[in-house]
Amino acid sequence: MGFELESAGLTHGNGFRALQRVSLRVGRGERVAVIGPSGAGKTSLIRLLGTALRPTEGRLDVLGANPWRLSAGALRRLRARIGTIHQSPPIPPRLRVVTAIHAGRLGRWPAWKGLLSLLYPVDVAGAHAALARFDLADRLFERCDRLSGGQLQRVGIARVLYQQPDLILADEPVSALDPALADAALGELVAESARSGASLFASLHAVDLALKWFPRIIGLRGGEVVFDLPTARLTDSMLHELYAAEGAMLPVQARDAAAGATTDPEADAKVIRLDTSRGR
Amino acid sequence: MSASTQALSPPHRDPDTRARLGWTLVALVLLWPLLVLAEFRPWALFDAGNLRVMGSFLGGFLPPATSTEFLGYLLDATLETMAIATAGIALALLLAVPLSILSTRALAVSKIGPGPGRLGDRMARAAGRALLTFLRAIPEIVWALMFVRVLGLGPAAGVLALAITYGGMLGKVYTEILESIDTRPARAILEAGGGRFAALAYGLLPNAAQELTSYTVYRWECAVRASVIMGFVGAGGLGQLMDQSMKMLNGGEAATILFVFLVLVLFADSLSATLRRALA
Repeated sequence: MGFELESAGLTHGNGFRALQRVSLRVGRGERVAVIGPSGAGKTSLIRLLGTALRPTEGRLDVLGANPWRLSAGALRRLRARIGTIHQSPPIPPRLRVVTAIHAGRLGRWPAWKGLLSLLYPVDVAGAHAALARFDLADRLFERCDRLSGGQLQRVGIARVLYQQPDLILADEPVSALDPALADAALGELVAESARSGASLFASLHAVDLALKWFPRIIGLRGGEVVFDLPTARLTDSMLHELYAAEGAMLPVQARDAAAGATTDPEADAKVIRLDTSRGR
Repeated sequence: MSASTQALSPPHRDPDTRARLGWTLVALVLLWPLLVLAEFRPWALFDAGNLRVMGSFLGGFLPPATSTEFLGYLLDATLETMAIATAGIALALLLAVPLSILSTRALAVSKIGPGPGRLGDRMARAAGRALLTFLRAIPEIVWALMFVRVLGLGPAAGVLALAITYGGMLGKVYTEILESIDTRPARAILEAGGGRFAALAYGLLPNAAQELTSYTVYRWECAVRASVIMGFVGAGGLGQLMDQSMKMLNGGEAATILFVFLVLVLFADSLSATLRRALA
């Protein structure tokens, strides 16, 4: 099993209800995208699943266990099997890329191996292979503060793939990438999930990318699940209703080249034909 | 986004102004009685009689002593002082590093969630902090007086006294430096199952190394000065030499010793700058 939420809710310390009555079940190897306007609770949901936050109501099962009933050691071993891709990669700027990638396996390596790897990288080949999937193999020994925002975001993805988790959580993993790179990076994530059998749960701002790469879409708004459907059964009106508060346009990634010159964002939205890429 | 809803005559005044003025007034009102209590009367310095007293005191420092015999003693004492300071800081690190790793909230795994073992962890952190407070609350001169009685006159008492007090100071500031930098990288490693040391080495040290080094070298510089005071109670080094010179009313020797201090501080400064550059 990937994970299961049963009428889970999350209220932050300041009283803000980030999530309520969320019930979801995602199987092993399943690929699901969550979309919704900003402030919908996408990040909270991912942090809940990543055991970074604890649900204030309801039940949560991740990879077959209730993380908050586990002992400290068992929770640590469970966390090592969950890979979270953060929207802004949590990588210190002075770290070298190879070290940043190796940090992905710190949950599996014994402490001595992690510390040894700071003196001499223990698995250069593995880090190289992970980077090569994102066209960054030549940056292996560079410092992370020499990378652009988009390159750093891809290093963040490569690091989680290097972790080899059983559940991949991705919080807007391609937000800093241009359309072509975003598409390729999501393709790599999907391929990894298909290859390793890891479940993939990604929040995406760009609706077109979600429709293209994910067979199941969850719409989140105001901390509640609005719809949870196979991609083929989603309609344009459902999508427009989900984003009603953000205006008439749907947030998309791949702008049509012909519309790129216009300044009116709504003109852009009109030329996107969501159906052309649906349900892959 | 919703400019129209909040366009109703926004105040062009900084809403914080009143609070800032208020706190400034409070600070002044508190400061005044403190200055009275501290008998703060700087104008007394410029009284004609007092100027003469200070002039003759400082005049006694000239010319600096340069006899070969004294310079030989001075070299020995300088080396001893540097040895006391360095050994004292090294021993202080043995106390400060484990205690700061124990006490810092930046590495608290059980705070995530919060998860299992949070009560024990919180108590361990509080105990660590309490120990650090105790170590630094007692001035090094008091420890030195005690150790001189036990170990006899000589540098060993100074080293131990420095180790204890400076262990407390270094530990407290290390703890706070680790909490004041960006802690997301360390948290991300903990959330992926990494251990405390891994999170420290891969998540915190890359960002904190410069600051930690600079503070440690600064403390070495303070240790050099502190060893003077302790020398007055017989704990060896430049302080003991200075004590003898002052007792023999030999201002020239004192002046040469003070010059050595200036050189040592300049040395610490350039060492710190070099290390910071190396770690940048």
